[in-house]
Amino acid sequence: MRENVVIRTVSRLAVPFIQVFALYVIVHGASGAGGGFQGGVVFASSFILMTIAFGLSSVRKRLNNRWIVICSVLGITIYAGIGLLCLILGGNYLEYGIIETTLGIPHLHGYLLDAVEVGIGITVMAVMTSIIYDMAERGGESS
Amino acid sequence: MTMIDHIPVLMIVIPILASLLILLAGWYDRRFCYPISLITILFQFGSAIAILLHVMQEGTIRYSVGGWAPPLGIELVVDSFNSYILAAILLLAAATAFYARRSVEKEIGPEKTVSFYVLFQLLITGLVGMTITGDIFNLYVFLEISSITAYTLIASARRPHSYVASFNYLILGSIAGGFILLGIANLYAATGTLNMADLAHLLPASYELATVHAAFLFLMIGFSIKAAFFPLHLWLPDAYAESPSAVTILLSTAMAKVSIYAMFRILFSVFTTAYIIDTFPVTGFILFIATVAIVAGAVLAIAQKDLKRMLAYSSVSQVGYIMFALGVANQIALEGGLLHILGHAVMKGCLFMVAGLIIYRMGTSRLSDLKGVAKTMPISCAAFALAGASMIGIPPTIGFMSKYYLVLGALEAGHWVYAAVLLLGSLLAVGYIWRFIEIAYFGDHHGDHGEDHQTRAREGPLSMLAPIVGLALLSLFLGVFVEAVMEVVGPAVSILLGGA
Repeated sequence: MRENVVIRTVSRLAVPFIQVFALYVIVHGASGAGGGFQGGVVFASSFILMTIAFGLSSVRKRLNNRWIVICSVLGITIYAGIGLLCLILGGNYLEYGIIETTLGIPHLHGYLLDAVEVGIGITVMAVMTSIIYDMAERGGESS
Repeated sequence: MTMIDHIPVLMIVIPILASLLILLAGWYDRRFCYPISLITILFQFGSAIAILLHVMQEGTIRYSVGGWAPPLGIELVVDSFNSYILAAILLLAAATAFYARRSVEKEIGPEKTVSFYVLFQLLITGLVGMTITGDIFNLYVFLEISSITAYTLIASARRPHSYVASFNYLILGSIAGGFILLGIANLYAATGTLNMADLAHLLPASYELATVHAAFLFLMIGFSIKAAFFPLHLWLPDAYAESPSAVTILLSTAMAKVSIYAMFRILFSVFTTAYIIDTFPVTGFILFIATVAIVAGAVLAIAQKDLKRMLAYSSVSQVGYIMFALGVANQIALEGGLLHILGHAVMKGCLFMVAGLIIYRMGTSRLSDLKGVAKTMPISCAAFALAGASMIGIPPTIGFMSKYYLVLGALEAGHWVYAAVLLLGSLLAVGYIWRFIEIAYFGDHHGDHGEDHQTRAREGPLSMLAPIVGLALLSLFLGVFVEAVMEVVGPAVSILLGGA
């Protein structure tokens, strides 16, 4: 890949901010506009930017396929696990209030909602990144 | 709440988890994928039967996800109509899962089997979700899940033609999805709710609005494309003929049926008979188009040179039969229509399985290459003949029973001409089914061309033969013991005609 100082420097500066913003969007999802899906996409966009600026192989060193599979499964497991936990405790699927009343911790349903959003965010981030890897690998040609 | 009330949501959540588990397991060892997939589908099938029995005895199951009461929250509703459809599609999905292992080994490269089973599982999950949801937007979400997985599964045969077929379906499916989404948006604009029961309750006040008429037409067109209702069937022949056998079976049995189910649900449970018969009389038009579909699909099927393509066009014709019931829209015809949803799924599943087995053994499904195939594959050709007899409508098969009810319903409604055309459609079905039978059983005396294929061909492996024979016998037994099925279908039709 051709050296481009401007793109690389700007990406280097922008990526941490994008990722922090993504986390903000995910956490904000419980109380306002935002959520796991949007935040996950924003987080993945930081990897996309890195792929454009530094090339596929250097990004792959940080987040390889193994981690992508683990992340995508982990995220959905968090989501479904919390949902099933509600079910085991006698509520409906994803009825957070049940866990709160069973464990007696105040405001727990809010944290659980955040945990679910984080789970969704992890999966979306991993899947979006894997799509980008797939497209970047083939160099725009279909096999 | 007892355990059975939670089963609807578990039927969606556990398969989604399982599909990811397949991904993880496939990364460890590819051989684990198939057992996980099979166990999950069997779990779903068992749950569907349990739900069906429960609903028959105790009535509708309603489940609010997340404890949010409808109409605000998403609701899962299982009544006698969709528990019947659910059991039917999962029966076929389970049969396909048994059949799939050998066929996937052969048709899909080993490096793609993991993703194949993941998508296969997701497709079934999407279809189950479409069937049991009581929320119209949730229906759209599951429709997109099943559509996107279907596009990729069709392309997984990785022949140039299958890419084209998948792309065509992608375009038409996206247009259909767009129509459906617009229709849902219009309904939401008119009523402010997305819950089906609530919509049925609120819509009568706005029956005269142009928004609602537009929504109705959008939804009709969208689901007609998804269900391949003539003349919007153009994606179907390529998609069925070019995809791997296991995918063809699942698309033609489960997916097509769920699209039809969704249309029935929208027409009868959301818009109710008052709308589709009195306010916006559309049934006469549907009846006419359905009759054209029956004849045109059968004629096109007769004109085909390839077994799979012939069966694909036959599906176009058979969708016409089910829509015929919708057009007549009385108790008896709808009973016939619902019976035909199950019957057609069983017999077409069997026919496509035989076609897939022939491709598995001989590498071709061109009719001219199949001369005398019954000598080398007697059991599967006998199963084809039995399921074909059901397709034609020879008593006492299920195909005969459903057509009998359809004709009775049409006569009761006074549609003499349409009933006659329906019988003509059966005669045309003889045309295409008999063509294969003749080639398979009597085609060897001038069959020098197919000699090299025959020497290689022999009867299929047990894991593929068992579902073929099972479905063929089922198409016979369902016809003989049709009373048992009618006990489920009767209440289902009452639900349709009685509104939500």
